[in-house]
Amino acid sequence: MNRVVHATKSSRVGVALIAVALVVLASAPYWGDRQMLRLLAEVFTFVTLASLWNLLAGYAGLVSVGQQAFVGLGGYLLFALAILFEVHPIAAILIAGPIAAVVAIPVAVLIFRLRGAYFAIGTWVVAEVFRLLASQVSVLGGGSGISLPAAVVIAMAPTRQLREFETYWLALTLTVLVLAAIVALLRSRHGLALTALRDNEVAAQSCGIDVARIKFFVYVLTAFGTATVGALIFLQKLRISPDTAFSVNDWTAFVIFITVIGGIGRVEGPIIGTIVFFLLRQVLADLGSLYMLTMGAVAIVVMLWAPKGLWGLIAERFGWQALPLQRRLITALKLKDPGRKS
Amino acid sequence: MQWVNVILQGVLIGGLYAMFAAGLSLIFGVMRLVNIAHGDLIVLAAYVALMLTQTLGIDPLSALLLVTPIMAAVGYALQRGLLNRTLGDDLLPPLLVTFGLSIIIQNGLLELFTADSRKLQAGAIEIQTFQVAEGVWVGLLPLIQFAVAVVVIAALQVVFYRTALGRAFRATSDDQSVAQLMGLDTRHVFAMAMALSLAVIAIAGVFLAVRANFDPAIGPARLIFGFEAVIIGGLGSMWGTLAGGVILGVSQAIGAQIDPGWQLLAGHIVFLAILAVRPEGFFPKVSG
Repeated sequence: MNRVVHATKSSRVGVALIAVALVVLASAPYWGDRQMLRLLAEVFTFVTLASLWNLLAGYAGLVSVGQQAFVGLGGYLLFALAILFEVHPIAAILIAGPIAAVVAIPVAVLIFRLRGAYFAIGTWVVAEVFRLLASQVSVLGGGSGISLPAAVVIAMAPTRQLREFETYWLALTLTVLVLAAIVALLRSRHGLALTALRDNEVAAQSCGIDVARIKFFVYVLTAFGTATVGALIFLQKLRISPDTAFSVNDWTAFVIFITVIGGIGRVEGPIIGTIVFFLLRQVLADLGSLYMLTMGAVAIVVMLWAPKGLWGLIAERFGWQALPLQRRLITALKLKDPGRKS
Repeated sequence: MQWVNVILQGVLIGGLYAMFAAGLSLIFGVMRLVNIAHGDLIVLAAYVALMLTQTLGIDPLSALLLVTPIMAAVGYALQRGLLNRTLGDDLLPPLLVTFGLSIIIQNGLLELFTADSRKLQAGAIEIQTFQVAEGVWVGLLPLIQFAVAVVVIAALQVVFYRTALGRAFRATSDDQSVAQLMGLDTRHVFAMAMALSLAVIAIAGVFLAVRANFDPAIGPARLIFGFEAVIIGGLGSMWGTLAGGVILGVSQAIGAQIDPGWQLLAGHIVFLAILAVRPEGFFPKVSG
């Protein structure tokens, strides 16, 4: 029998390291202080958002600058469900994803009429429409926003510390789930199609891949994931307003910089990118707007001189992969007679 | 009569949107580049005009004579030094580099000029109005702005179809390698297209700054207005951008008349509706 092997030596090391990191991170409430937990939870949400954007732009070639539409939609769904329908916040997070996916279907039908770079701006228009609509909803605070009522917050956990632990673990779980789902997707036959699409759209099409269908599927899927993360982000913040929920800087600019710096079109890229991003932030945060300026400049330099990002450089230099995604065909012939010369 | 006034205001502001759109359409036509920093460059032009009027003590419309060549030079340098490197088969580099540029311009302006709202003072011309019919009033400045937009678009049309530069633009747009074989330096042609685009941006930026308050953060919305006008008008058509700008302006004016909160929303919704029923726009010339 022929079979396909995904793992390599480096990916076994990578998976082992990730497993150790997960144990350390899962136990963070026992060793870290409040500030540490907050920082880590923020790191997790950015890893997740960047991984989803990477799937969309890096693999499916759908460069969106409007993913804040779904972050904000998720956030507003959480507040609407919790305040208007008295749904438990955690249940609301779980419901936000499917609703956003349903919303994403007509949106995709409409903006898929735009090609390439015009598609990018089209996604931005959609996000603007969502922001303007949100500021019209007066029961959710209109343009000035609203806080999550104390009763809802207290219903989650009796003490603030417990609630913070809960949201921390939720963030970690969501990150692991999203990354696992992306890895599983890329290892499936759809993943092979997506990787082909990433490398050459025309060639992929000529191999019989239904490019339009797979793009549509990825768009709706990332809307699902992005809205779920959005709901979680605003559960941590406990307050929402149209400008924070649909912020292009927070939910798109940062996410794009992270992915580009880390390595677009590779699953490891957003993880590396987020680490670099937060390290830079710790160093440069005092500079205010100069910090954003530096990030923009770094992203341009990386895009021009190392378009595959930091992880791309490492992967090409050493042939590493941190996650078992590669495909190597082991033929039956080889298995039966390993000594045979070819 | 009230509605006639509203629609007339919409038409006149449409001229400004057409100028946002014309620069965007021009560079897309020549090199298939969509400049995400387009709106921020409009705001940059407004700040350049602000500095010139303050230091030289000239009025905004005279400042145009300086802002336009300055921005054109910026455009030429930007294209030669940075954007030419991003052009190729891959969509990502130009998109992400201009996105990074947008963030750099916004935050650079924020650092230099703070987040305060500014406005250019054009003096008496700003408030002069005259009656065109019973109960229908038109401001002099919006009228000048619309006339300038028509002249700019007509001029672009002439450059494109009647000059050697326009021939180079069209040749490069049709087939870059053949254009190169014919002795055209495409890097220079692209840079000239960007210079022309930024010259239009300069005019749009000054009129924007005279008309209303501006701050470093308003660029992206201008990009979106320009983009919507391009798509409504139809890709590649210069006069289409004017039609698109006017449709967008009128939609916003009507929306604002119904409810002030609906001004921007009405424009976006009309754009999406047109995208749904007529995705190629009204006067398409090239397929995107």
